[in-house]
Amino acid sequence: MNDMRIVERDVDTNEVKIAAKDVQVFYGDTHAIKDVSVDINDKTVTAFIGPSGCGKSTFLRCINRMNDTIDVCRVQGDIRIDSEDIYDPKVDPVQLRAKVGMVFQKPNPFPKSIYDNVAYGPRIHGLAKTKADLDDIVEKSLRRGAIWDEVKDRLHAPGTGLSGGQQQRLCIARAVATEPEVLLMDEPCSALDPIATAQVEELIDELRKNYSVVIVTHSMQQAARVSQKTAFFHLGHLVEYGETGTIFTNPVDPRTESYITGRIG
Amino acid sequence: MTDASMTPAAAAPKKSSLSVVDARTRKRNAAETRFRMYGVAAIAVGLLFLLFLFASILRSGIPAFTQTVMDVEFVLTQEQFEQAESKMLKTGEYQNIFVNALQGQLEESGFEVAFDAKAIERIVGKPGGTIRSFYLENPDRVGTPVSFELAASSRVDGYFNGRVTRDNIVDSRFLMASDLDLVDALEDAGIIRGAFNWNFITGTDSGVDNPGGAGLGASVIGSFFMMLVVLFLSLPIGVAASIYLEEFAPKNRWTDLIEVNISNLAAVPSIVFGILGLAVFIQFAGLPQSAPLVGGLVLTLMTLPTIIISTRASLAAVPPSIRDAALGVGASKMQSVFHHVLPLAMPGILTGTIIGLAQALGETAPLLLIGMVGFVAREYPEGFLSGFTHANSAMPAQIYTWASRADPGFYEKAWGGIIILLLFLITMNAIAVILRRRFERRW
Amino acid sequence: MPFTWLVLIILAIAAFGFVMGRSRALQSAGGDSRDLHSLPVYYGSNVAMWAIVPAAAVLIIWLLAQPFFVNSRVLATLPEDIVSEGSSIGLVMSDVRRVAEGLDVAVAQGAMTREEAGSINSESTDVRERLGEVGVALGSNVSPEVLGGAQLYRSLNATASSIMAVVVLVIAMGGAGWAYSRSHATFRARNTVERGILALLIFAASIAILTTIGILFALLFNTVEFFRLYPAADFFFVTKWAPSFSGRGGASDLGVLPLLWGTFYISLIALLVAVPIGLFSAIYLSEYASPRVRGIAKPLIEILAGIPTIVYGLFALLTVGPLLVTMFGKDTVGWMQGGTAVMTAGLVMGIMLIPFVSSLSDDIINAVPQAMRDGSYGLGATQSETIRQVILPAALPGIVGAILLAASRAIGETMIVVLGAGAAARLSLNPFEAMTTITAKIVSQLTGDADFASPEALVAFALGMTLFVLTLGLNVFALYIVRKYREQYD
Repeated sequence: MNDMRIVERDVDTNEVKIAAKDVQVFYGDTHAIKDVSVDINDKTVTAFIGPSGCGKSTFLRCINRMNDTIDVCRVQGDIRIDSEDIYDPKVDPVQLRAKVGMVFQKPNPFPKSIYDNVAYGPRIHGLAKTKADLDDIVEKSLRRGAIWDEVKDRLHAPGTGLSGGQQQRLCIARAVATEPEVLLMDEPCSALDPIATAQVEELIDELRKNYSVVIVTHSMQQAARVSQKTAFFHLGHLVEYGETGTIFTNPVDPRTESYITGRIG
Repeated sequence: MTDASMTPAAAAPKKSSLSVVDARTRKRNAAETRFRMYGVAAIAVGLLFLLFLFASILRSGIPAFTQTVMDVEFVLTQEQFEQAESKMLKTGEYQNIFVNALQGQLEESGFEVAFDAKAIERIVGKPGGTIRSFYLENPDRVGTPVSFELAASSRVDGYFNGRVTRDNIVDSRFLMASDLDLVDALEDAGIIRGAFNWNFITGTDSGVDNPGGAGLGASVIGSFFMMLVVLFLSLPIGVAASIYLEEFAPKNRWTDLIEVNISNLAAVPSIVFGILGLAVFIQFAGLPQSAPLVGGLVLTLMTLPTIIISTRASLAAVPPSIRDAALGVGASKMQSVFHHVLPLAMPGILTGTIIGLAQALGETAPLLLIGMVGFVAREYPEGFLSGFTHANSAMPAQIYTWASRADPGFYEKAWGGIIILLLFLITMNAIAVILRRRFERRW
Repeated sequence: MPFTWLVLIILAIAAFGFVMGRSRALQSAGGDSRDLHSLPVYYGSNVAMWAIVPAAAVLIIWLLAQPFFVNSRVLATLPEDIVSEGSSIGLVMSDVRRVAEGLDVAVAQGAMTREEAGSINSESTDVRERLGEVGVALGSNVSPEVLGGAQLYRSLNATASSIMAVVVLVIAMGGAGWAYSRSHATFRARNTVERGILALLIFAASIAILTTIGILFALLFNTVEFFRLYPAADFFFVTKWAPSFSGRGGASDLGVLPLLWGTFYISLIALLVAVPIGLFSAIYLSEYASPRVRGIAKPLIEILAGIPTIVYGLFALLTVGPLLVTMFGKDTVGWMQGGTAVMTAGLVMGIMLIPFVSSLSDDIINAVPQAMRDGSYGLGATQSETIRQVILPAALPGIVGAILLAASRAIGETMIVVLGAGAAARLSLNPFEAMTTITAKIVSQLTGDADFASPEALVAFALGMTLFVLTLGLNVFALYIVRKYREQYD
């Protein structure tokens, strides 16, 4: 286990972006997330790790209220972004999701052109007043997604015609087009080959300069590569949360150690 | 490689509060609500049409099941009988006897309203023939009191149903406004009353002059024989074809051609099948016109694609592991299909067949071309075999015949026929659903 | 001998052969069925199969071929000049057949002996009257040539039927005998029987093709016959439809254009009703409705699809028509003269098509993967925005295909237009007028009094051909559109 490359990174800022307290999630009668409290920092990459079914994706989806789309799902507790309770009845999830972007496990570009894929978010949120503004936003987003050079000559080609890695970078570009402050990534590399994975991981490191990134990953090595803080989930509980380096070299909880050393999971 | 040239974080995005819903989001939410409302409205409109349709059917069709009858009791003496039989115009003589007897009966009960023989005829028609046949068949009843239950004319029936009112009545040789007083008085005296019209369910079609006597019974039998033909032809052929296509057919041009043909046939308009039936079965093969056999053959060809499609789906739903297991113990391919796959697919096949039969039961267009319209369903067929070849109608064709006759008295019969047809369809579909629920396996 | 007897005898031969074949096989294995290659029942079935199948095949082919043969022989005996003005050889032949059938009836009822029927001649007897006595009505007096033809027809048929019976029985017995001789323990009966069953399965599957061939044959043959009597150019380009009642052509105008217009106009109105309602229902039921609402509303809407079209036709004629007249008739705006109109039929047909459009669209919308929706919601789109900008564009080819299929269904619909749209063929833009369609005219031309070989009746086949080609074309086009533009989601 000690052949993982552990790089010392400083945590750039201590500002708490997302504060979760005593969060419970129920799927029907099943208690899927139990008493999870965590503070996620801004301009940081935070990784959620843990064995399958431990609730990390479920908790991730609470942060942008994607669980609202599932009828049987109930969320209790307190989740605040910039100290505002996102489950307050006055909050419209539509506005929340402009602020909190999401990238999914399997790349899911719309069956539209590359340009329209990226422009979709800004169009519905009315972020561009003129066509020139929209063009700027699209270019900026595609650059942020590290894919501009590869597609700048074929912006009107269909998004589904790209390779797997390119599609995922397109989805990342699409997510950042709405100028979010938080970026949620649900196992973004699990459907990609190693080269594409490396490209996306490099991108994630750039993204943290502008966004608070939360990434769910089933690969401990990936967590160790890209994140500054790591949270370990097990059976719906948040078992341990801390600096990535510490979690992987000197975990406090025995369950964490079992997972790291491969005895469970 | 990445070329992410990052703009410095100097231009920090302006932070808007989440708990304040901005104007644009409000507009979008309003559009969302409107859109949702369109969906609800669409469903509501669809369901309203359904409701309106069924309300129409019930309102207009229920009167077909009731009939206005007149109870008359009189005694025919032996000498009246002989005298009537000796006359030239026998039924006319019975008619006179009847009218006199009725007059007497009414006067005895203190009847106030004046009437004459013509008025009686308008109200109850000419039952002379009915009375005569009764006495000819039962000569021993002569001299004893006999009660007759005679059907009133369709106009009087309409008066009872509300179709004909004092406001919209037009004096005619069928009914006059002055007759209505008589009818009311007869009703008060209990001589005229409403009764359940069993003849509608069991009787045969009547001529264009007699809407009140029309019955659906013969057409139901016609439909029954047609459905027998459809069942015994389309089920075996459909299952055989499906087994071949699903289990044995190699992937070649001939198989493609067959499959394309089947899906095309499923979309051919039903009138074209009627043309096929007319040209091939009646003209070329010389089968009898208006025969349930021909109707059944045409409907078989129409139902075959439906049955093939649903049977193939049922066969495909049986997991390959069952076939493999049978082959593994040394069964031949055909044995594995007939001994294992087919029985497991049976519930689905039967359900599909019942639904196919229900569709065939309601088909009308092809039957029009093979002669099942017009005054065809005059009598019940005599034996089982002649049921297939004896000229008859079918329920939907009979309904069409009634709907296209000039006398509006037939419209009510047409609606009543629809109620009976729909009852059959509801029953068949319910059986199919129950079968499906009880026997369907989830693999 | 009567047909049923023949069939029963063949079946009896088969049953007998079954028992014999089975026992012979068992005997050859010394009574022990385990020594047989196949189960005993296969040996019996083998014999039965060889008894029935070749005989049945010959029987069917003979029955199909016999009329051709007999008709051509009789035709050869008729003189050229028998075809009178305005008639055709087909009409004369049908006269011959009618007389022959009449003679059959007379013999069957005992009004005539067989010898009499064969030797009767029209000089000494009024054949028409004789046949009238037994209930056979003939349109005109029977000429000697026709009578001779009828008698020849009867005798040829009788001879042919007898020969057929003999041939078929010989084949049945021969087949049974041959199969019987092969029944012994090492004979692979099961394989033979299974091959036979496979042949039967293939035949069943080919019935679909036979049906299509039958339809094409029925349509083409009579359409060609029609175009011999009435110019094709007139059929396709004349804008009047006015069949004359004289029965033998001449003054009829049989242009298909007014009928095509009526068909399209009614279908258009039907689609205008069905597509918005059906599509929005499908959208609501698949995207917004809770499972409970969906479980109730969807089957209820499907009920509309199961209602027979005669019910809709009656509904149009007796309920919707009068209702529209009270709204638009002479008491209010005076647009509508009578209850039967394009609007009536179009409205009711639209109601009928709602579940068709709805369920097809529902399937298509559900086929769009959930990942698309998640991607859109994740960006902060509302449900309606997702539907309008992501899902519907992705589903569009399928929805267009569904609309085309609905159009095809509307074009081929008969009962609603027969009862609800009236019988007048006209080219008008007013939807409140009565305008008839191709299907309604097929019905009226074939069920009317027109003589069967006249252009007024044959035009129905040309109309049927037009209809068949139209609907087939639409279906093929719909399939093509869906296939070409369909989104490959993976």
